[in-house]
Amino acid sequence: MKLPVKTTINGQTHSHEVEPRLLLVHYIRETVGLTGTHVGCDTSQCGACTILMDGQAVKACTLFAVQADGATITTIEGLAKNGELHPIQMGFWEKHGLQCGFCTPGMIMTACQMLERYPNPTEEQIRHQLEGNLCRCTGYHNIVKAIQWAAEQMAAGKK
Amino acid sequence: MATATVERVLGKSIKRREDPRFITGRGTYVDDVKLPGATYAAFVRSPHAHARIRKIDTTAARTHPGVVAVFTGSDMTGVNSLPCGWDLRKAKNIPGVVQDLAMVPHMPLTADAARHVGDPVAVVIAESHEAAVDAAEKVKVDWEVLKAITSTDRAAAAASPQLHAGAPGNVAFKWEIGDAAATDAAFRNAAVTVKKRIVNQRLVANAMEPRACAARYDEANGELTLWVTSQNPHVHRLLMCAFVLGIPEHKVRVIAPDVGGGFGSKVFLYNEEVVCSWAARALKRPVRWTASRREAYVTDAHGRDHVTDAELALDRDGKMLGLRVKTTANLGAYLSTFAPAIPTFLYGTLLNGVYAIGAIHCQVTGVFSNTTAVDAYRGAGRPEAAYVLERMVEAGARAIGMDTAELRRRNFIPRFSGAFQTLVAVAYDSGDYAGAFDKLLQIFDYRKFRAEQDAARKEGRLLGVGFSAYIEACSIAPSKLVGALGAGAGLYESGKVRVHPTGMVTVYTGSHSHGQGHETTFAQLVADELGIPIEQVEIVHGDTGQIPFGMGTYGSRSASVGGTAILMSLNKIKEKGKKIAAHLMEASPGDIEYANGQFQVRGAPGKAVPFGAVSLTAYVPHNFPEGLEPGLEETSFYDPSNFCFPFGAHACVVEVDRDTGRVTILRYVAVDDVGNVMNPMIVDGMVHGGIAQGVGQALCEGAVYDEASGQLMTGTMMDYALPKADMLPMYETDRTVTPTPVNPLGVKGAGETGTIAATPAVVNAVVDALAPLGIDHIETMPLSAERVWSAIQNAKR
Repeated sequence: MKLPVKTTINGQTHSHEVEPRLLLVHYIRETVGLTGTHVGCDTSQCGACTILMDGQAVKACTLFAVQADGATITTIEGLAKNGELHPIQMGFWEKHGLQCGFCTPGMIMTACQMLERYPNPTEEQIRHQLEGNLCRCTGYHNIVKAIQWAAEQMAAGKK
Repeated sequence: MATATVERVLGKSIKRREDPRFITGRGTYVDDVKLPGATYAAFVRSPHAHARIRKIDTTAARTHPGVVAVFTGSDMTGVNSLPCGWDLRKAKNIPGVVQDLAMVPHMPLTADAARHVGDPVAVVIAESHEAAVDAAEKVKVDWEVLKAITSTDRAAAAASPQLHAGAPGNVAFKWEIGDAAATDAAFRNAAVTVKKRIVNQRLVANAMEPRACAARYDEANGELTLWVTSQNPHVHRLLMCAFVLGIPEHKVRVIAPDVGGGFGSKVFLYNEEVVCSWAARALKRPVRWTASRREAYVTDAHGRDHVTDAELALDRDGKMLGLRVKTTANLGAYLSTFAPAIPTFLYGTLLNGVYAIGAIHCQVTGVFSNTTAVDAYRGAGRPEAAYVLERMVEAGARAIGMDTAELRRRNFIPRFSGAFQTLVAVAYDSGDYAGAFDKLLQIFDYRKFRAEQDAARKEGRLLGVGFSAYIEACSIAPSKLVGALGAGAGLYESGKVRVHPTGMVTVYTGSHSHGQGHETTFAQLVADELGIPIEQVEIVHGDTGQIPFGMGTYGSRSASVGGTAILMSLNKIKEKGKKIAAHLMEASPGDIEYANGQFQVRGAPGKAVPFGAVSLTAYVPHNFPEGLEPGLEETSFYDPSNFCFPFGAHACVVEVDRDTGRVTILRYVAVDDVGNVMNPMIVDGMVHGGIAQGVGQALCEGAVYDEASGQLMTGTMMDYALPKADMLPMYETDRTVTPTPVNPLGVKGAGETGTIAATPAVVNAVVDALAPLGIDHIETMPLSAERVWSAIQNAKR
């Protein structure tokens, strides 16, 4: 049995018939073909699959694709606008917030919602908000710095 | 014809050139590679730690919709055991070493028995991942469950179940190094001796990208292409072709594209890669497999797992007279690719540390157990050695009532350059151990801390500082030397420089980046050496179809060994360029020098030919030196003359909550000496990550097996505690710079220092914090809240 799923991902609409057990992350990666969203675990710990769904940062491995029916989704591929990097993307580049790059899309998407909630976050807030995202390369130091840098840029941009 | 000088970039923190693709989701990891017509593999794995296979019934699986094929071990005829690339029996001319090793078979799909949970016994290949997984559940294995042994301590005990016919008593090897008689004498003459049991627990590398492979066989030309999460694609290819499958190496292309972290775990040849490659040839269809994290936990090679009894002999002034170490190293169920080297030549040879010790003797017994195979994990042997030494130094200082920093300072090997012969075979390259340690004390403001600690203790707070002064051996390694130690391979590196007619440069390196940033650091080197903008330089790695035979990345070898190979090729390019330029300017090649991106006549400013013009001439050789070959492309293989030995000193401050046992890191200071630095930002980043992994071992990580069932209790990220952002501080990093004389770049290696240094620093800090309670040692890591709380409760009794 297959069920219909209609989504808007990075501004483009997609319609598919999928197995009900298909996870949203596999729908995004395999069915839609956007491989920037990664799978690092199977227990929703690592956060590499984090996307924005209707404005909320969610782990795409914790949802079935059919649960996203009608949703508007942003993945890492849709974050830069008109070829211009999002300040959080720039922050990760500027502050060396990544090494192997595998956790990076999830980190960046998590940071998107974090800075919406806390436009001027403390170090403690950043670290706490990253609770659901694992990185094995950076020791988090430069990820914290990257998000701080982005927060400053975004605040300056709003003035 | 002067060209503008290009800004020098080597040694600067320039932003990484690989980042734009990663921050926009456009990296290409193995699971991102799309292959038309691909089939999907799912492995049937043993749910038991130890069980004989009576029968495997694949009937139901074969008829499952979408299934293409099901294979068991008996179907894979003509396929050999996965090789172990380090044969200790071949170790020669190393005084004191006992030659012994049980080379046990390790079949890609085991047909006789499963020896650890997760051991693969069959593979289902289907049109979709879902069909493969569903059908794999229908494979019926008739198991005769056997008793299992997982304990490092008891694996070799007489009563333990036996894993391999070829390894009586589960002993893989017995090995020793150092001078037993001299060490015994040192202990007889000692004023103080201390003895501790030190357990270095088993860890799982946990690269964020799970292992994956995709194999495609092209029947038209007989070529097999394997995309695989590998730190060393040529090593994968050689081992698979020459040892396991017996297929022509030149018809196999191994591609390790973007790889999401390795930390050692992606060095080795694994069952799944071999099975998928074999099946792709058998089925003439692409076959792909990506590990679930659960599979990763039971199949990725684990790290560490030592139980050690260590003794230190001191005189009254704190001078280290003797060190005696007896270690049992758990190798798991099979010998992984480099397993025997890790607890021997990368461990025992590092026990001299940064100290002038009177005598050393180390014995290691490698044992088999019903656990996942153990091999190199970041640091690989060196963290275990540093941990033993730095815990014993602390214990020794407490035993004679001396400040731990002072005891270290009294024992440091004095500053030297050229060679310091240790008591355990290796000779260090250059070092200023007291220099790094004193800089650490200065940054840390040690006296001030002790005053704060006294004040805190009066308030009942448990504050502690821990130091570690470490050394590590990297820039792995001189081929002749490792050959004499039993390695089946040479450990040189390749570097090819191709100058294009337009003056653009492509560099092909045998090193592999899985987070290290080679596309940036190597380009910095090339741009500076040639005096051209970095935009003209491209770095290619990870594809045996493009790069010359190379040994890959591990053991902090890329900059030192791989970088030097590139430098050698650049020098050849310049030499050839001088001949071409001399011809163009009607000068003698001996009068030409290369500077600022141009070949110029020495002493005749203005008489010069730019790099681009020489490049073009090399490919359009109308006006060309007689007898000189056209083209401008050079390949070099660099084999280092010695290891390089980075060193440094770290300090960690912790506070222990006496009610809960919870440890909080308040401060972390690192002073590392990795020789010359090509990109400080990247080196700092690696130090940060290394520290986090070292802290992880000290405080939260650990693979735990249930002894009765042999099940891996920490088999998901829910159960295996990886360090998170909120348990780590901002790290304060600094450096001293003692270039190595071993290679012309003066670089030593920076990939593993943090991991080696951090674990003892954190544990020493916790023990220091607990000292007022009379605690001077905790045998086993991680120092979880529960374990620390228990130690506090026991101390109260």
